Amino acid sequence: MNNVFVYCEIEGTTVAEVSQELLTKGRKLADELGVQLHAIVAGTGIKGKVEDQILPYGVDKLFVFDGEGLFPYTSAPHTDILVGLFKEEQPQICLMGATVIGRDLGPRVSSSLTSGLTADCTQLEIGPYTDNRSGKTYENLLYQIRPAFGGNIVATIVNPDHRPQMATVRSGVMKKALYEGKAAGEVVYPEVSKYVSPEAYVVQVIDHHVEKAKHNLKGASIVVSGGYGMGSKEGFDMLFKLAKVLHAEVGASRAAVDAGFCDHDRQIGQTGVTVHPKVYIACGISGQIQHIAGMQDSGIIISINTDPDAPINNIADYVITGSVEEVIPKLIKYYKQNSK
Amino acid sequence: MKLKIVVLAKQVPDTRNVGKDAMTAEGTVNRAALPAIFNPDDLLALEQALRLKEQNPGSTVGILTMGPPRAGEIIRQGLFRGADTGWLLTDRLFAGADTLATSYALATAIRKIGGVDLVIGGRQAIDGDTAQVGPQVAQKLGLNQVTYAEEIKMEDGVATVRRHIDGGVETVKVPLPALITVNGSAAPCRPQNAKLVMKYKRASCPMERPEDVPYAELYAERPYLTLNQWNVADVDGDPLQCGLAGSPTKVKSVQNIVFQAKECKHLTASDADIDSMVRELLDEKIIG
Repeated sequence: MNNVFVYCEIEGTTVAEVSQELLTKGRKLADELGVQLHAIVAGTGIKGKVEDQILPYGVDKLFVFDGEGLFPYTSAPHTDILVGLFKEEQPQICLMGATVIGRDLGPRVSSSLTSGLTADCTQLEIGPYTDNRSGKTYENLLYQIRPAFGGNIVATIVNPDHRPQMATVRSGVMKKALYEGKAAGEVVYPEVSKYVSPEAYVVQVIDHHVEKAKHNLKGASIVVSGGYGMGSKEGFDMLFKLAKVLHAEVGASRAAVDAGFCDHDRQIGQTGVTVHPKVYIACGISGQIQHIAGMQDSGIIISINTDPDAPINNIADYVITGSVEEVIPKLIKYYKQNSK
Repeated sequence: MKLKIVVLAKQVPDTRNVGKDAMTAEGTVNRAALPAIFNPDDLLALEQALRLKEQNPGSTVGILTMGPPRAGEIIRQGLFRGADTGWLLTDRLFAGADTLATSYALATAIRKIGGVDLVIGGRQAIDGDTAQVGPQVAQKLGLNQVTYAEEIKMEDGVATVRRHIDGGVETVKVPLPALITVNGSAAPCRPQNAKLVMKYKRASCPMERPEDVPYAELYAERPYLTLNQWNVADVDGDPLQCGLAGSPTKVKSVQNIVFQAKECKHLTASDADIDSMVRELLDEKIIG
């Protein structure tokens, strides 16, 4: 009862990295609250294949639901599993990835249990809360901290009266780490049919195609990122040349993606990828807060912008005031010259 | 098959191009500085609905929106593009709703509309980016659910949906009644139709009109110019599940974002400046 639960997402028999990141965070929250960390995974033919990818993150109890029709994911069966299990287990916190699956499943579960759900949290903490209207004080609530309103403000959300307190977190926001303490590591294999009715398998997946990511933006040590200031798709392509020379990955701001300069999967920011590279080169990016939310933990930030007052310059280590057309070829030239 | 389609649409402040005046000195949002627009993903949902209407003769498309009286504009914009009708949910009791209370209100309205085959909305609204309301509505109504749709085809009461998933695409078959949310990568919405603009430009909800209603005879003559406007009682809603009262999530605090200015080097685009920066980064083994 009252434990911390993490829903682990899978592709085939591979556990998603974001789930491992959340297990790491969930373990810390459980330790702080003095409760256990439990994990749930559901798929087809996963028994014996996923446990080792989940338990080392400090899981006390893992529920493995293995049955036909649980992979590829569809909404109803996974919802039934979580709702049924949560009614028995009464968790106080449930975390899941702010992925396509987590954002499909989380609201469905929260709606069924009438519990609050906060999307895309960037920080999770434990703390007290006093309700100004009733004057009632609550201890040990989950602070669900997220940017709001296009990233212009940061809101701390709490769910005082409803359980579980549910939150989704984007991939790359939390850091994964194997647990150094000792966790019970119990594994159970509940009967799927006890939780999922046959009618739940109503949505049929007739084609499921996942490609290996074309880039490793999340793990890149140097990111070259372009904004609306790149001017055009052709202008944006210059970044790929710079990235090739620097062995970097290419990212983009939302404005650049909206303008069609590059694919959405390269978007950095609150609604895209969060990156922590050693060097972040922002080219023609003004630095709306929703973008900064996804890159502010970078080591060295270099901003190239014609506007000396671009907001991103406030967090930059090097501010180059000039046009990208002029500066980027020079960067390439002098890097080649000096790195020989 | 004739389809009764409801499009969920939201009027949102345009947070995509937030200027420096978007926040007040007190750190609150300056709504006046942000234009109110038709949520972009919801427009894509409307396009899918209109295509299904064209492919399935006899089908109808209605716009369901919740907000203050001025959100009637969303219904008009839907009518201008080919929707047949609309409903504005407006009531002070709906105010302050989080996603769960919003989904409750929308679900009660859809029940009230009755006989709906397909509910379709944008994946998410740009003012919250939560993507929660669609699935929460689906759960409350027991509808089959598909999110992140890019293309929808309908045959014999079964929708075939191509949808975006992390790192790929998926095609699913979903029987009606269903709720589908449409991803940003779907086809753009058609422009407003000039004839429809002429027909509906004076369409409005009663609460949008000033006390001394201009064109009163026009409204008496053409009932389609009076848009449906529903409050909590009209949809048989439970006030305790609406608005702030029905919201399990509470905002504990809101902070304006302030970045601590760092010590930084200011450079020009000159060869000397770029050269020395590259050397510095190489020397300190930050790059290379």
